[in-house]
Amino acid sequence: MKMKRYAFYLKMVTSSLIRRRSRMFVALLAVAVGATILSGLITIYYDIPRQMGKEFRSYGANLIFIPSEDKSYMDADSLKKAVSYLSPDDIVGVTPYRYKTVKINEQPFMAAGADLAQAAKTSPFWYVSGRWPQKEGEALIGQEVADIIRLNAGSQFFITGMTANNKPFKRGFTVSGIVQTGGSEEAFIFMSLADFENMAGGDNAIDIAECSVSVSAAELDRVSKIINENVEGVTARPVKRISESEGTVLKKLQSLVYLVTVVILLLTMICVATTMMAAVAERRREIGLKKALGATNAAIVAEFIGEDVFLGIFGGLLGAAFGFVFAQAVSINVFARSITFQPLLAPITVFASIIITAAACFIPVRRAAEIDPAIVLRGE
Amino acid sequence: MNLLELKNISKIYGDVKALQNINLSVGQGEWIAIMGPSGSGKTTMMNIIGCMDKPSIGSVILDGTDISKESSKKLTALRRDKIGLIFQQFHLINYLTALENVMAAQYYHSIQDEKEALEALSRVGLADRAKHLPSQLSGGEQQRVCIARALINYPMLILADEPTGNLDEANEAIVLDIFKSLHKEGSAIVVVTHDPEVAQESERTVILEHGKISKIKDNNKSEALC
Repeated sequence: MKMKRYAFYLKMVTSSLIRRRSRMFVALLAVAVGATILSGLITIYYDIPRQMGKEFRSYGANLIFIPSEDKSYMDADSLKKAVSYLSPDDIVGVTPYRYKTVKINEQPFMAAGADLAQAAKTSPFWYVSGRWPQKEGEALIGQEVADIIRLNAGSQFFITGMTANNKPFKRGFTVSGIVQTGGSEEAFIFMSLADFENMAGGDNAIDIAECSVSVSAAELDRVSKIINENVEGVTARPVKRISESEGTVLKKLQSLVYLVTVVILLLTMICVATTMMAAVAERRREIGLKKALGATNAAIVAEFIGEDVFLGIFGGLLGAAFGFVFAQAVSINVFARSITFQPLLAPITVFASIIITAAACFIPVRRAAEIDPAIVLRGE
Repeated sequence: MNLLELKNISKIYGDVKALQNINLSVGQGEWIAIMGPSGSGKTTMMNIIGCMDKPSIGSVILDGTDISKESSKKLTALRRDKIGLIFQQFHLINYLTALENVMAAQYYHSIQDEKEALEALSRVGLADRAKHLPSQLSGGEQQRVCIARALINYPMLILADEPTGNLDEANEAIVLDIFKSLHKEGSAIVVVTHDPEVAQESERTVILEHGKISKIKDNNKSEALC
């Protein structure tokens, strides 16, 4: 029965791998470890913006919506339209605010009506002693206000002022908590938008909206431009201080991981090349025998490359699986968040493993193919 | 026409003259033995006859081709097409079965034919051991696989380096019987051996000493000094 040439070639390659498995295991381990670290680092490299983006959101809003120059406030519908230009998956929170100067015991303060549930998302750095307002008639007061009028959580106080229609109002509130931010927020009295509208009137009017979005600075600039061109009455402004510093940190972090990945890649190649050099040196007599039997240099190289391709495939598959586990462990320990498996990374890792293994082996194998067949007669 | 002719060949490594002015011819279907002490140049001569080395001086004509002028690529092709090698250490590929070892020689030569490879193993009495790995075969069996591999491509010349050197008496007899049968069928055989009994089976014994042919003995007739 005649056997096709490539079928016997495959038989020789697979027999060498299977029947010499204890030797091949070392080479496979070298490839798999390299592929694991490589695949893990690439996963982390591409996941860093997502992970860090979420991390950066703890610094507060990176996009604000303000009324256009010709208007003194925005209406809620325009704000909704502006927000619709952002991907819902990227939005961490959007907090509309209304402001009014009011008096407590004849002393002037700034009252702010806000979507407080959203404020907790856009301003996670706020430290509240007590609790956030949950019922009608509850307010969160800044530390500065609490110090001036000597209020504590649970204290009651009255706010007086003029409504949007210039009618006087007086309304009682209970302090649910005192907020510390280390910033200007400590001079404010925060309440729900409903309480604010009941107190001061002016439905549907928004003075400013803070938005926390998990995207890069460049993307934020792009979306802001689109919003400004398409939504009347609203101006979107990225908070440059935050978005640009985020970009800089991200870039530096990615560069670091990139550098480490390249170093690991080189180390993997050296490790695989060294292992393969040892494997080739060990098989000098076999190579000499094959040449004595009439094998050409190309046939010898093809056999070794065939073995390396298989090693690359198996090592790459192991690397893709363990690389995800490695990246997951790093992500959970460093960012306290899990990562998602990128299916495309598996074939990329396998392909990279094949190329790295074949490249690392090519020189030692090429040199091995030059072995003098006479060594088999000399009994070396 | 002779199958092999060595004309005034010398092989020099630096100051060492491994072979000096060797003249020898091997006819079609002839069986000769090469004997000599260690360092006498037997292996160097084997390498040259086996197209694995070239002489420093002189010419080697194998089936009409002067191999001393050929490239290593051409020498590989000549070795593959015209010579069957048998080694003292057997040199089987340890991860291939007996059958696959024979087929490997076919693979490097032309087309693998499992049936033909099995027939070659049958010829050396190893058809039932075809699927065994070298590590599962005795020394004698390994040598017979090595012979089957050497025969598979129908070589013009069988070159054997101490083919019975690692075998017990029983296996030595089996291997010699195979050689006798090959010789009867018309194969040319060159055997390097230390064993006078093995040499005695050949038609001529060439004795090498210090890189020179000191004696050529016609095993059927009288001795001839060179």
